[in-house]
Amino acid sequence: MPLSLILQYLFSGITAGAIYAVIAIGFNIVYNTTGIINFAQGEFVMLGGMIAISLGGFMPLPVAVAGAVAITALVGGLLEFVFIRRMKNPTVIQMIIVTIGLSILIREAALHVWDEKVHSLPYFTGNEISSLRIFGACLSPQVLWVLGTCAAVVAGLSLFFTHTAAGRAMRACSADRIGAMLCGINARTMVTLSFMISAAIGALAGCVISPITSTTYDCGTSLAVKGFTVAIIGGLGNSAGAVVAGLLLGIVEAFCISFMPMSYRDVVVIAILLAALSLKPSGLFGSSASHALKEF
Amino acid sequence: MHFRSYFAAAAIAVVALFTAVPVRAAPGAEPVKIGAILAVSGPASFLGSPEANTVVMLVKRINDKGGINGHKVILLLKDSKSDPQIALSLARQIIEEEQVFAIIGPSTSGETLKIKQLCNDAKTILISCASAEGITNPVAPYVFTTAQKDALAVRKIYETMKALNLHRIAIASSNTGFGKAGKTQLENLAPEFGIEIAADEVYEKEATDLSGLLTKIKAANVQAVVNWSIEPAQALLAKNMRQIGLTVPLFQSHGFANILYAKVAGAAAEGILFPSGRLVVAGVLPKDNPQKKVLMEYKKEYETDYKEDASTFGGHVWDALMLLTRAIEAAPDLDREKVRSALENIRGCVGIGGIFNLSATDHSGLDESAFSMLTVKGGKFIPYSGK
Repeated sequence: MPLSLILQYLFSGITAGAIYAVIAIGFNIVYNTTGIINFAQGEFVMLGGMIAISLGGFMPLPVAVAGAVAITALVGGLLEFVFIRRMKNPTVIQMIIVTIGLSILIREAALHVWDEKVHSLPYFTGNEISSLRIFGACLSPQVLWVLGTCAAVVAGLSLFFTHTAAGRAMRACSADRIGAMLCGINARTMVTLSFMISAAIGALAGCVISPITSTTYDCGTSLAVKGFTVAIIGGLGNSAGAVVAGLLLGIVEAFCISFMPMSYRDVVVIAILLAALSLKPSGLFGSSASHALKEF
Repeated sequence: MHFRSYFAAAAIAVVALFTAVPVRAAPGAEPVKIGAILAVSGPASFLGSPEANTVVMLVKRINDKGGINGHKVILLLKDSKSDPQIALSLARQIIEEEQVFAIIGPSTSGETLKIKQLCNDAKTILISCASAEGITNPVAPYVFTTAQKDALAVRKIYETMKALNLHRIAIASSNTGFGKAGKTQLENLAPEFGIEIAADEVYEKEATDLSGLLTKIKAANVQAVVNWSIEPAQALLAKNMRQIGLTVPLFQSHGFANILYAKVAGAAAEGILFPSGRLVVAGVLPKDNPQKKVLMEYKKEYETDYKEDASTFGGHVWDALMLLTRAIEAAPDLDREKVRSALENIRGCVGIGGIFNLSATDHSGLDESAFSMLTVKGGKFIPYSGK
């Protein structure tokens, strides 16, 4: 295989992988504070994209994206406040069912608020056909935006969780909820905050990937499935792990396509997921000691 | 005593039955129930949404004019969510519970093939809006379609390729009924046109990135790419293709004939070639084109009512309802079998998709002339005029 072709497969893997990664990060925040997987995460991604597209009609793109992130964060907080806060001592399975219910609710609401048509944001740099040529292989500049967003979000989150009072309080809730409450931390507020942050990150992901993948009211589910897979492989709760796992998975997929029909791609992905779950359940980058303490 | 009153009631009923001779064209005749199973939401909503709009608009117009031969039309519009399984249960429901006279739709090939047998067995006329060869071949007496068959689309594409001297091609198709049917036709007809298929790939309909698949196609050194799908993946493929620097011509199926796809693909849509019915270029057709009047009429009505561009797919429903109306008018009375055979005798009916000539062996009624080759220029569909 000539070098330019190998590079092209690599780039297409990075394109797919960056999309998986930026979605996977969103799963981690709610998991970190509550120990559950928010199955409505994919719908936050969709909401972000849809709201930005609507706002983009009458304001500049950066403002529209910021607006979409803020509105989605509010929606995320509101949903937590209305539906999840009311449950007394919810079990993991109850929380999962509630979040799946929420995902259906948001999806159907989006169908009524917007429509069933495909929409997409304009490319942040260049347009649909612009690409960077590197050693004979091509890469869309939007992929760099997605990668940059991943890096910025991971860096931002690690600063937030280690250097701010709210971030440390959220980690405390995750480690020992009762202990944290005894220290005067309002655990419920922290859960609301975690939903808001993960909704905001989901919305940001929805905006940066929209030019590449387009946005429809029902695009969240299929995006979330891949994002969830990546979050598990990377080690739940580990944002940097999610990015590395996302890129790895994308690249493995791309090279798989090179020698087998594309229809078998998901077989490979699921095989990797099963292998990861049975060999290293804490994920590639998760710590097995902390995983042992989690309920789920 | 009781026996006597039962007997009397039965006698009255029998007399009523015999005296109730159906009166044709009388206002207040029994209404005709027509079901429409369309993919209003889900991945094929591009088809189902304009189709649903069209059927609602047209039924209202028919009823305002007093119905078909005095029979008011009762429309039962159902959303299949683009899912063959849902289409099947909806079809079962409206056939068994509502006992509809005929069904219009479904929008997609997968859904139609799923309910073909059911409708035929239940002797309920089905006029599909989907294009797979399997819908009308083998012929099922009660199953018709108004969408141009995919074999015709493939022939049109291959003819264009021959004219452009393109011999080595790659096929990409989605894993749906439509994608599979198109892929089969592309593979079957290739030898006839001397075309070599160097890569043949299937992707899932929810795909979010196809650059890996396109890299493989790029490595196969082809002269053209044909994509067969109806989902947003049509736009995705076009974008990914230009982004990885694959510059050979891209042919799409007749499923591309919705300007929204071209809008979503933006600059990447420029130069895409696809076969289509004439609705999308109705405005620039010469005056003497036999379809021009019908096309402009539909376009104007749809665009006034819904404030969006009319699409070919809505046209399939328009054709379906028009054919059914004609058949009911031509049939001696409102009987499924009689209307069915009236449908088979429709000749020279000018519709949106083409000019219909149905027969007992041809339940689609359109030939290659229904298609013309279009291309995208400046974000608009225009007739393709060769190199």
